[in-house]
Amino acid sequence: MKKIYLDHAATTPVDKKVLQEMMPYFSQNFGNASSIHFFGQEAAQAVEKARMQVAKYFNANLNEIIFTSGATESNNLAIKGVDRAYFKKEKKKPHIITTTFEHHCVLETVKKMEKENLIEATYINPKKDGVIDARDIKNAIKSNTILVSVMYVNNEIGTVQPISEIGRMIKKNNPKIIFHTDATQAVAYFDCNVEKLGVDLMSMSAHKIYGPKGVGALYVKFGLDIAKIQDGGAQEFGLRAGTLNVPGIVGLGSAISMINNQRIMNNEKIKKLRDYLIAKILKEIPDSRLNGSRIKRSPNNVNVNFSRVEGESLLMMLSAEGVFASTGSACSSGSLSPSHVLLSLGLKPEETHGSLRLTLGKNTTKKEIDYAVKAIKKSVEKLRKVSGSVLKDFYSKKH
Amino acid sequence: MYSKKVLEHFTRPHNQGVIKNPSGVGMVGNPTCGDMMKIYIKVKKDAKKREVISDIKFETLGCASAIATSSMITDLAKNKTLEEALKITRNDVAEALEGLPPIKMHCSNLAADSLREAIKDYREKNKK
Repeated sequence: MKKIYLDHAATTPVDKKVLQEMMPYFSQNFGNASSIHFFGQEAAQAVEKARMQVAKYFNANLNEIIFTSGATESNNLAIKGVDRAYFKKEKKKPHIITTTFEHHCVLETVKKMEKENLIEATYINPKKDGVIDARDIKNAIKSNTILVSVMYVNNEIGTVQPISEIGRMIKKNNPKIIFHTDATQAVAYFDCNVEKLGVDLMSMSAHKIYGPKGVGALYVKFGLDIAKIQDGGAQEFGLRAGTLNVPGIVGLGSAISMINNQRIMNNEKIKKLRDYLIAKILKEIPDSRLNGSRIKRSPNNVNVNFSRVEGESLLMMLSAEGVFASTGSACSSGSLSPSHVLLSLGLKPEETHGSLRLTLGKNTTKKEIDYAVKAIKKSVEKLRKVSGSVLKDFYSKKH
Repeated sequence: MYSKKVLEHFTRPHNQGVIKNPSGVGMVGNPTCGDMMKIYIKVKKDAKKREVISDIKFETLGCASAIATSSMITDLAKNKTLEEALKITRNDVAEALEGLPPIKMHCSNLAADSLREAIKDYREKNKK
């Protein structure tokens, strides 16, 4: 069976070189990085090398990189940590600004804190093209605003947010406001220089960049007021208790240093394939539409909508054809609710069901794209035949 | 996640399509939740003058289990009398498919409702 993996925004395979660098840290150099003996120091050195690799990519200092278990933890630590530190000093209710189409790990964190009466929150909607307008953030700033959190690249529709513009605007408005970005989907493709971006906090995850699962990092600007949210040992400058995941951290460092060398070259290649894929789908499959801006878009993301087709069915049919993708359809989510990202673009619930996300990787080929489009076309035609006139009849009966 | 039987009916659905001049039509579901189902029936009287579903077809927009349950109910209802067909429950459909994922039991298991609607439609049209 053909196996064409077009779900790189979900996760990527661990690069063979990355895996090779990780291997010794499982059974041979297995020490606890906090131990002061030989084994411990060997592990600690490997961790510090990885910290240097991440710091270099972010243009940050070594003491500004905190290793975590992934982007979900990084985002939790960033948002809850800032709120906790503020509350310790001020004993006032702060205000946080975020967007309606963040990843659940940001959105649910903010919503929960709001529900628990710890904060006030404002959620900014993207424009129809899936891009946040910096002016909307500016207009939402209040005297008690302490944190703005805007994702760099949206995970579903791949749209790129004007992070440096938002960063500059915030600091001009009130330099005390902390700016956080979830860069999970951006690291492989975009400049993550924290100074250029003007961010105080930045989250990332290794498994989206050909590194292992279960490890990530949070950039924390030196001197920033942030409190730990997990109690235990004094690891990671006292900000993240818990024995360090040494092989994972080594893998993260290795994966990020590989991007450093290949990013520009890979981007051009992937972008070309992406544009080819978008054009081919829109041309060959009737009643298809691209979700999110065509230009302000990650090089690896295609998100299309097919009317009269349900996404989960489409994924299953594609999977049988050997093409692996993702959807924002309610039926495929554990919660059975339609994608909040597609809803935030102004799509009606019924318009979110037929969405298909295809995310390319560094090894995706034109041949694979050609095969995938053929499979998508065949599957969409088949499902449209099964659905027949039911949608049309439903509306004519109703109205 | 899905049983073999669900996958069989999803990839090769039985009795899919439209009946021209149907005796009754039933449509259930709603576009917001994503599953919509339409069942067409042809009713004839058998030798014992009982009303029997002689033909049944479906059109469904929805997830794999919505399509599989539609396909399955057409198998279960074909050549049954209306009384027998009305006794088919959501659970019967799910059981015949060797189970549905729990989360799909409610939302995508509308086929029995749709069939009932089609029978209701037939009876209303044939009221004397």
